[in-house]
Parts: sequence; C-alpha cells; structure tokens
Amino acid sequence: MMYTGFFVKSRNTINLIAIAGIVLLIICNVHEFISGMSLFSIDTKGMLFHSNFGLVFLLIILISTLMYFLLSGNDINAAGKSSSDLYALIFFILSGIGVVAGFKSLLMLFLGIEIVSIPLYVLAGSDKSNLKSNEAALKYFLMGSFSTGLMLMGITLIYGDTGSFYLDAIKAGLSVLTPMKAAGLLLVLASMAFKVSAAPFHFWTPDVYDGAPTVFTSFMATIVKSVAFYAFLHLFDNAFGNLHEDWKNLVAVIALLTLLIGNITAVFQQSVKRMLAYSSIAQAGFMMLAILSLNVFAKQGLLLYFAGYSIATLGIFAVLVKMKDHSVDAFNGLSKTNPIIALSVLVSLLSLAGIPLTAGFFAKYYMLLAVIREGHLMWLVVTAVLCAAVSIYYYFRVIQAMYFKEPTNILTLEFSSTFKWMMIINAILIIILGIHPDIILSLI
Amino acid sequence: MFAAVDNFPALLIWLPLFGGLFSFFLKNAQQSKTNAIIFSASSLIVVLVSLFFSGKEHFLLNQVSYQWLTSIGSNFGLILDGLTRTMALLTAIVFFLVFLLIPAEQYKDANRFFALMLLTQCGLYGVFMATDALVFYLFWELALIPVYFLASIWGGEKRIRATFKFFIYTFVGSLFMLLAILYMYNKTNGASFSLMSFFNLNNTASEQYWLFFAFFIAFAIKMPLFPLHTWQPEAYEQSPTPVTLVLSSVMVKMGLFGMLRWVLPLFPLAVKYFNTSIIIVASIGIVYASLVAIYQDNIKRLIAYSSIAHIGLMAIGILTFKQIAVEGVLLQMFNHGINIAALWIVAYMIEKQTGITAISQLGGLARRAPVLAIFMVIASLANVALPLTNAFIGEFMIFNGIYQFNWMVAAFAGLSIIFSAVYTLNMIKNVFYGEERTALHSFADIKGVQILVFVVLTALILLVGFYPAPFFKMFSDSVGLILTKYNS
Repeated sequence: MMYTGFFVKSRNTINLIAIAGIVLLIICNVHEFISGMSLFSIDTKGMLFHSNFGLVFLLIILISTLMYFLLSGNDINAAGKSSSDLYALIFFILSGIGVVAGFKSLLMLFLGIEIVSIPLYVLAGSDKSNLKSNEAALKYFLMGSFSTGLMLMGITLIYGDTGSFYLDAIKAGLSVLTPMKAAGLLLVLASMAFKVSAAPFHFWTPDVYDGAPTVFTSFMATIVKSVAFYAFLHLFDNAFGNLHEDWKNLVAVIALLTLLIGNITAVFQQSVKRMLAYSSIAQAGFMMLAILSLNVFAKQGLLLYFAGYSIATLGIFAVLVKMKDHSVDAFNGLSKTNPIIALSVLVSLLSLAGIPLTAGFFAKYYMLLAVIREGHLMWLVVTAVLCAAVSIYYYFRVIQAMYFKEPTNILTLEFSSTFKWMMIINAILIIILGIHPDIILSLI
Repeated sequence: MFAAVDNFPALLIWLPLFGGLFSFFLKNAQQSKTNAIIFSASSLIVVLVSLFFSGKEHFLLNQVSYQWLTSIGSNFGLILDGLTRTMALLTAIVFFLVFLLIPAEQYKDANRFFALMLLTQCGLYGVFMATDALVFYLFWELALIPVYFLASIWGGEKRIRATFKFFIYTFVGSLFMLLAILYMYNKTNGASFSLMSFFNLNNTASEQYWLFFAFFIAFAIKMPLFPLHTWQPEAYEQSPTPVTLVLSSVMVKMGLFGMLRWVLPLFPLAVKYFNTSIIIVASIGIVYASLVAIYQDNIKRLIAYSSIAHIGLMAIGILTFKQIAVEGVLLQMFNHGINIAALWIVAYMIEKQTGITAISQLGGLARRAPVLAIFMVIASLANVALPLTNAFIGEFMIFNGIYQFNWMVAAFAGLSIIFSAVYTLNMIKNVFYGEERTALHSFADIKGVQILVFVVLTALILLVGFYPAPFFKMFSDSVGLILTKYNS
C-alpha cells in the first residue's frame, strides 16, 4: 500500500486500491468461515486461532472498514499530504486487528494491541499543521504507552503466578485468587479499560477524539473501540473466566461510572464532535455490561452492538466531516437542504439512542438481558436504562436541529451521489439489523 | 410472514404501514389526502369485516404467529380478540374520520403529515394486537416516534419543548416497562416473551409488586394519571389539533389497554395490594382535573383536562377488578374515544376558521353555525354522560363497580360528573351562545363532509347509548380471561 504511493499519483486510484484490498480480505474471511480452511497456514504454535466468533467479528470489522472507505475515502485524501501512507497505516491496523481477533496467548494480545495502537498515534497527529492534532497525538501516545506498560506488568505477574502465557493454561490454573494473580488481573483490567475508554480511565478520549482529524476520529471511535472491546471480552472470558465472581463487581462499578460520566457530560457539549466522543464513552459503558455478564446473550449482543454502533457512528461522522464547523447549529435545517442525508443521520441517531426498529435497540436490549440473566445487579440495569433515557436528550438535539430549525448555512453543502447512496445503504443496514438481528446472531 | 396477508391482523398492520411509506413519495397535497383516506378506509373495512368472523371457528383468520427472533424466543404474535377488536375498531373509525376532515392544503409538506399519521395508526394497531411482550414494546415505542415528529414540525409556538417533554416522559416510563419484560422473560421456562408464558409464571408477591409498578408507571404516564399528567395539557395545546385528536382519542387508550391486557392478568397480588392507594390518588386526580378544567380559558386545555378526568375514572374502574366495572371500562374506552373525538373536531373547526382557541374571545357561534352547535351540544352531553348517550352506560357500570369496591370513593369520584357538567355547559354557553364577537361575523357553518363526519359520530353516540349489547357480546370472553385470577 505504501509503495503504491510512489507509483500512483492520482488519489482516486489509491482509494480504489484500498477498497479492492478490503474486498479481498472480506472474501478470504468469508471463505475461511464457510470452509474452515485458511488461505495461508502458518504455524503459530497455537498462539493464534480464529474461532467462528472471531471470524464473524473480523467480518464485521472488515465490512465496517469497507463502508468507512466508501464513505470517507475522499476525506482521507484531504487529511494528509500523502494519502497512500494513511491508507497503509489503516491496513497495518487491520492486520493488528487480525491478530487480536484470534489471540490465544497473552503475547499475541500484547502484540496485536500494539500493532493497532501505534499507527493510531500517527493517524491522530496526521494533520501536522493543526496544534490540536499534535496535542491529541502526543496525549494518545503517552497515555497509550503507559497503559501498555501496565498491561505488560500485569501479564508478567500472571505469568509469574501461572507459569504460562497461553489463555487455556491460565484458565485451567486459575481457580483461587492469590495476591499476585489479583495484582496482575487488576493491572490488565486497568489497561484494557483505558483502551476502551471506560471511566475512570477515559480522560484521554475527549481530547484525542476532538483533536484528531475527524476522519480518523471516525475510525477510532468505531472500529478501534470494537477491537478493544473484543480483546477485553476474549481475554476475560477465556483467561479469567473462572474468577468471574471476583472481578464482576469491580467491572460493574466501572460500567456504572462510565455510563454516568459519559451520558451526563455529553448533555452539556456544544460541539457535535465532542458530544460524539462522550457518546462513545457512554456506549462503551453499555458494552461493558457484556464483559460483566459473559453469557451467551452478552457475546451475541456485543457483536450486534459492534455492528450497529459502528455503522451508525460512521454515518454520522461521515456527515460531520463535511460540515463547516462542529457545532449543533451546523446541522440546522439539514432536512430541507439535503433530505436524504438528514434521513440517514436520523436513522443513525435513533439507533444510537436505542429506539426500536433500529439495530441499536436490539444491541442495548441484549446487553440489558445479559445483565439481568446474571442476576443481583438490578441497580446497574436501572442505571443503564436511565442513562439511555438521558442519552436521548443529546442525540435528539441534533435531530431537532435537522428537522425543526431553519437552515442557517448560506452555502449549501454539496454531497456527491456516491456519498448519498452509501448513506442510504447505511440507513438500510441499520434498519435491517433492527428488524432481523438474527442475521448476525445466528452466525455465531 | 411477509407474504401472509391472509389474516386480519397482518392486513391491519400492513395497510397503514404501506400507505404511510407510500405517502412519503407523493408530491401533491391532494394526492396525499386521497391516499390517506383510501388506506384508512381499507383498514376500517377490514375491521368491520372481521366483526363477522370473530367466532372461535375462525381463529386462524384472527391471529398471526411468526417465528421472528428464534435466538431469543420472540414470536411475532398478533391476535384479534374481543378486547383488541374494540380498540381496532376505534382506531379505524377515528383515523378515517380525521383524514376526511383535514383539508389537504392546511399543512405544508402534507405528504409527510399524512404519512406520519398513517405510521402512527400502524403502531397503534400493533400495540393493541400484540401477544408477545417484545412486539408490544416495539410497537409501543413505534407509535411514539411519528407523533413526536408530527407535533414538533406542525405544532404551535412552544411545540419543541412541549413535545420533547412528552417524548422523554413517555420514553422513561416505557424503559421501566422494558426492564420488567426482560426480568419476566428471564424467568420463563422456555425463554419466551409471549403473554401466555408470562401468565403462567408464578411470581412471588414482592416480585409482582415491583413488576406491577414498572408496568404501571409506563401506563400511568401514558394515560396520564395524576400526578404524572404534567406533560399532557401543554403537549395537547401545542400539537396540531388533528394530532391531538388522535393522541387523546386513541393513544391514551394504549395505557388503559395495557392495564387490562398486561397488568391485571399478570400481577393479581400486586393489584390487590396497591389498588386502594392508587384509586385514592386517582380520584383526587379526577376531581383536581375537573376543577382545573372549569377555570380554563383555552378550549384545547379544557378538553385536555376533561380527558384526564375521564381517563382517571376508567383507570379506577380497572383497578377495582370487579366484572361490571371492567366491562364498563371496555365499553367506555370506545365511547370516550368517540366523544372526545367529537369535541376535538369542534375545537378544530373553530380553530381552523378563526384561529382562536380562547373561549373568552368566542361567543354566539350558534347564530352563525347552528348545525355545528347542534353537534357540539350532543357531543358535550355525551361527555357529561347524559342518559341515552353512550358514555352513560359506560360510566354507570364503572360507578357500579366502584361503589361495590368502596362507596366513599364512588361518592367522591361522582363529584367529577357534576364538575364535568359545569365546565362542559359553561363552554357551550360561552362559545356558542351569548354575545357575538366581531371576529366571528364571517364564520361559515359546517357543510358536506364535515356534516357527514358528525353524523357518524352522533349516530355512534346514540346507537351505543340505546343498544350497547353487541359490544358486550364482543368482549365478554376477553373480560373473563382478564379476570381469571381474581375469581377467588
């Protein structure tokens, strides 16, 4: 990808090459899923293994990335001088995601997370002339490296206690909580919570999401968050599953804090970009409910959540990139100037708020079901439900601006027809998942 | 399922849904109105035809059962039994009449207006017909969204705040209901959401208490019951009057219907435990609402408060769980829908021609519009539950049940009848009689289609008042089913 930058000057071609690459990956993925055979067989000594769950997850990620390229391809070009480098970085991230999707060893987890994170630091700072972007990149790099350090420390302690890096071995050896295991677990928990921007480790998220170029915020807020949560779930389910009762309450408190902080702060935001950053924290709170419960509803629901949340947020960010500024007033009267775009953003916002008929409703619903099934956590469920109600307020502010206010933009925004078609497909996908979520759920 | 339109419930869902979506693509206001009339007429015809096929031997025609979400055991189940048929009939009639009345040119972007109204109708049908808790919840929320847009786009000056308050209030309530549904789902044996499996759960008393409250809050906000009623007068005032008509006439019945279908059968212990306290609060609410109605100047707010009073009475009737009261409530749900629709139409006629909603600025309309005055008087007398009108039968039965429950509550609630006479007759006097205002010199009497609508409503008022037996035959089975756990 990088080297094509030498040969190909035209930006459109680079876009097309990127899209072709993704399609190729999707085909390989589906092939492996259906036939159970992989294209290349590398002996990884059992450190990497892609189960059905992992393959479906990869499929969701790849399709989301495909939509991302189709929707925001032109904006990636505008973000930096050499777009082929930026695409290359995204493909590196994708390879990291591939590792994370199938890790069976803590080493692979660390490797995967790092491969995902480092290009992200670069992407966050890719707008070199903007001070906020530089600040975002530095903050992200510093805090990200620190949290990876914590994770390594945690991994070391666990290795010291159980004698192995492999998840199965750790699970087998983990039935009683010793101080070393507890310390290791806590450190790993803290670092994973950082990666998914759960409170109280979320402080980097608003600044980084706000400072990075909006195209890359879009990628970070959806796909990278999904990956981080997948890693979180996979790790805690397979390695620390036997100690579930011990860490369950801690994760419950984290989820509670995340929900409250994310939702309440989002209410006060004036900038849509920052509001979406806080809303991603709030959504992370809901996804934490899955980590908490670890039953079949949680896993199915989390995949559905990834799909619904990614598609919806990608759509909104794609429109946000094109706006002049990031305030809510920029959306005024969008329903009159661009009804199709407004409709698609409406569907996305309704999905994020959890209104029935959209994917977001079933996603939230599965999360709540998972926690109820777990039992004894009704206080968390009630809070989650109240936070969902609060979230309506800030999502509907944008809807109100679009539909009930007069347009203030003197210059009307021009959207290409491919963009409009992609937004329509976006909305249709959300509604299809909202009526028949079994499409994803039955694959697991 | 998508091809299975061989039964009534599926038709009732598909017709307004398709009509609504289709309406978004129409360009012309007149086309949209015609489209709306056609689709609402067809759903009315379906309901009327289904009246003849309501026996047990036709049960295949009257239910839908489709494996929707197998992974969590949700079945897309709809049924048309006596209770739901009454509600479906009300919905069909009210929407059809409303579409006849709205002039096509009144609202800009009329295609969207009619589309959203039709989608609301679809949601309402779904709520009334659902037998599966998830489907019920889905349609409950779905009925809310188009109304939110209808009121926010075409409403009065302070509409955005009023409708947002209405939306959030209702949404929070229904989220509690969702929690209760999820909890009960978790407890069912075969992981199912259907009403029957919930019915077969034996919840302990304490479980029933909080489950009852979760559902009750959602329904109490919807009805609305005092003291959760604060969203209603403002929302009714700021919405465009046809939307208010639909809200007041059909949508509030969602709350009462939910009590009958979901709360009474499922939580008998909780109902027996809480009903006294709720009844007392509700009766205070009825008297309060009636008193406030007496002092209202705005005609829309007056009708809104009057509606709170009447619905409160029905809620009390449900909570007494006496057979005669519940039957009365079922009938009264239909009656109140018709009566209040008639009142709202009168308010709509006045507002459309003069733009005035303040009673103090109106007067002497009877001289200009005698026909309208006649119908208004009939509708008002029906609202007061004068004998020979439909509401009399319903209220009489409800009061009978309340009296059996506790004569003091009956006496106190009976005050509301007196107050309703006060404000209703006051309103008639101030609006139609008395000195004529200059603004009203050019008031034209109603004609044509509008007279037809009023004739239909009046006919229903009087016919049901004279001969309500067919209704009772229709829903006697349902009442029996609802009260099975109370016959000890």
